[in-house]
Amino acid sequence: MPDLEKRSDYILEMKDISKFFFGNRALENVHIEIEYGEVHALVGENGAGKSTLMKILSGAYSKDSGEIILDGAPADIATPQDSQTLGISIIYQEFNLIRGMSVSENMFLGREPRTMFGTIDSKRRNEEARKWLDRVSVKFKPTDLVQDLSSAQAQFVAIAQALSKGAKLIIMDEPTASLTTKETETLFDLIRDLKSQGISIIFISHHLDEIFEICDRVTVLRDGLYVDTSKVSDIDKDSLIRMMVGRELSNEFPPRMALPGEPLLEVKDMSRQDVLSDIRFHLRKGEILGIYGLVGSGRTELVRALYGADRRDNGDIALGGAPVEIRSPHDGIKHGFGFLPEERKLQGVILGMSVANNVTLAAMDKITRYLMIDEREELKNTEHFVHSLNIKTPSAHTVVQTLSGGNQQKVVVAKCIFTDAEILIFDEPTRGIDVGAKYEIYVLMNELTKSGKSIIMISSDLPEIIGMSDRVLVMWEGRITGEFDRAKTPLSQEAIMKAAAGEVAA
Amino acid sequence: MNLKKYRYYAPEFFAFIALLTLCLLLEWYSLVKFEKSFISYDNLVINVARQVSLNAIIACGMAFAILSGGIDLSVGSIVAFSGVITASLVKNHPVAPGWAGYSVAIAAGLCVGTACGFLNGLIVAYTKIPPFVATFATMSVARGSAYVFTNGTPISGLPAAFNEVGKGYLRLTESWRIPIPVLLWLAVFFACWFLLMRTRFGRYACAIGNNVDTVRLAGINVRKVYIKIYMLVGLCSGISGVAQCGRLSSGQPTAGLNWELDAIASVVIGGGNIAGGRVTIFGTLIGALIIGVINTGLNMLGMLYYNQLIVKGFVMIIAVLLRSGLNRES
Ligand SMILES: Nc1ncnc2c1ncn2[C@@H]1O[C@H](COP(=O)(O)OP(=O)(O)OP(=O)(O)O)[C@@H](O)[C@H]1O
Ligand SMILES: [Mg+2]
Repeated sequence: MPDLEKRSDYILEMKDISKFFFGNRALENVHIEIEYGEVHALVGENGAGKSTLMKILSGAYSKDSGEIILDGAPADIATPQDSQTLGISIIYQEFNLIRGMSVSENMFLGREPRTMFGTIDSKRRNEEARKWLDRVSVKFKPTDLVQDLSSAQAQFVAIAQALSKGAKLIIMDEPTASLTTKETETLFDLIRDLKSQGISIIFISHHLDEIFEICDRVTVLRDGLYVDTSKVSDIDKDSLIRMMVGRELSNEFPPRMALPGEPLLEVKDMSRQDVLSDIRFHLRKGEILGIYGLVGSGRTELVRALYGADRRDNGDIALGGAPVEIRSPHDGIKHGFGFLPEERKLQGVILGMSVANNVTLAAMDKITRYLMIDEREELKNTEHFVHSLNIKTPSAHTVVQTLSGGNQQKVVVAKCIFTDAEILIFDEPTRGIDVGAKYEIYVLMNELTKSGKSIIMISSDLPEIIGMSDRVLVMWEGRITGEFDRAKTPLSQEAIMKAAAGEVAA
Repeated sequence: MNLKKYRYYAPEFFAFIALLTLCLLLEWYSLVKFEKSFISYDNLVINVARQVSLNAIIACGMAFAILSGGIDLSVGSIVAFSGVITASLVKNHPVAPGWAGYSVAIAAGLCVGTACGFLNGLIVAYTKIPPFVATFATMSVARGSAYVFTNGTPISGLPAAFNEVGKGYLRLTESWRIPIPVLLWLAVFFACWFLLMRTRFGRYACAIGNNVDTVRLAGINVRKVYIKIYMLVGLCSGISGVAQCGRLSSGQPTAGLNWELDAIASVVIGGGNIAGGRVTIFGTLIGALIIGVINTGLNMLGMLYYNQLIVKGFVMIIAVLLRSGLNRES
């Protein structure tokens, strides 16, 4: 939409932005320019400063120095309210809707339409919400509870909310991290639609393919410094990766060489009303078993039930031929399972505790001597992971809360691996992790399986499933609708997607 | 090297500064008005510390309950209940003469306290009843039991030898002596500090207060941790109850009334987060001392007890405000 009165080429210019946290550089002299109606990608490794830059723009953090120019005029953004008034909306990396409230209550929180008596006019609120929800073309109702929505749907609520506040610039911090391919497509359709309405979008993602699919230009940050801005059409993926990590990265996945051995885990007749039915599968020693399925297909529910985190109505679990009883995560750990949960903030890390405390949490007996915690041992082990997973943190004592999203995820991975469990259950292990670090995690997975551990990996990222799994189970509506063994036929994207859509594979 | 750690302890540091400031102010006032020093061994240890010791012992346990995101309101009632059991075993039903019998009585008092805590722990661990409600109920039950057990009348006239546990001193020299309750406090303080800083139990309690879901999914038996926490609070209350019994030379069903308030206040004034996840034992000690110094100071100023309550309330608000202010900076 051409704006005749526009005072500048850019809707937003951020100039010479610097931000230090207690002397540690998060950003130094970074600049970024956003054109009207463009989708602008912001990329960089974990801890490069992407989220920090966006939080400065949205008023959540204050900048140490620098200038923000909006629509050609200098803007003074001190609080989140300021940025909203100026037409900037941010959709955070972390979920920030209130789970127990309805969609429309969330959308109009703090600015509810009132009746003449000053009470909340929920009828009008629902109508208003409907209007904006229609604009992002979703099917759920304004009265639905947020906790019943998938993360994809919650994203759409957040976007509808942004639109209802008159946003001209929408920031999306890793919106696709928890979306499956199909949901991502829906989101992209919406982004294209918004773009055609003249709305600018800043798009942060670690899935570089998405950058090339949806973005017009890309700005790269590294270690808090500005690297470059370029038209997406002028570069390719390899050169983008080079700009991000500062070195060549030839492959996305290390070759998978381990040979799975004897069956280790047998699951039979596992079911839970309305969630899982007739689940049977096995896992071999040294195997990586991928589980794919759309959100709501029951993949997370399956592994949670296996680990004892959720109840199940039925289900026999046998380890090495002997039946085992798993009723709680405590039982799960005892029988040699390790679990990496899907929801990082809610279930994966303890934000208020240090990196070291988080890494060792699930296996404290390994660092306990004579009833006492051996802090030297704890530190040593943590530093090993900080090094091998390249966790960007000032020290092992740093509170996890201050780490970037991807680095928090690495802490969760470390915690899970530190348990020395025989069977590792990874639910979205690389969510929010940058390309370089992903590779490191894949290498680590290969090493683990080589040393005889087995891995069950859930992922929404189909290339990751195909790249790393020896065998893939596909789920649909709580059932296993496909099983693909790489040893028999090469894994095919189409076949897996078909099974995920409910077509039972022959 | 470890700047982060210093920042983490900022609330305790400020509490400590506040304590020093209070002491200096009172020193000045006391010198001017009474020509007597406030900061003297006799006053600080014999007077202030002894006065707060029994409450501070409970505060050490309370620290764990608050750390884990809970609270224990039953501590005062447990003081009474364990006290009257001990008193009765000392006086009416001595199992054996002299210290042999006293020991059994004391052990029984501690067991009663721990058992009450166990009950709290069971409810918190196995039901969805929040700690506030669970321990509120126990508070009523334990107090009631103390009344029923004694028919509402104190068990008085305990032998002087037994009363030493609450009144006695460890005499180092003629002028240097340490009150037994203060010794008990020190012992409990170090034990709790060790538990919190050096053992898995302490780590788990802290983790639970931060994010119980993560802890559960890490395969930790959260119920067991809850039960242990409340047993520890019960044990501390039991210790306090037995000592209080000696201090009063009797088992009083009204003992420890409202003591939960000072215990909670100690934790919070000492920089603990009432919402859980962050509490230190050292801070709790400072908090208890601050309360003690304020009480003594206000007495010195000739303020009535009722007015003191009001002042204490304001101190708590200020402490919490300061804390949240500190939080915002980081
Ligand atoms: N509140 C904070 N206190 C201290 N340090 C912080 C804080 N927030 C961010 N940082 C630091 O600033 C740096 C940049 O973090 P930021 O979250 O912007 O990274 P990011 O590029 O978004 O990474 P990711 O891809 O992992 O999300 C990190 O090193 C992080 O540790
Ligand atoms: Mg980020």
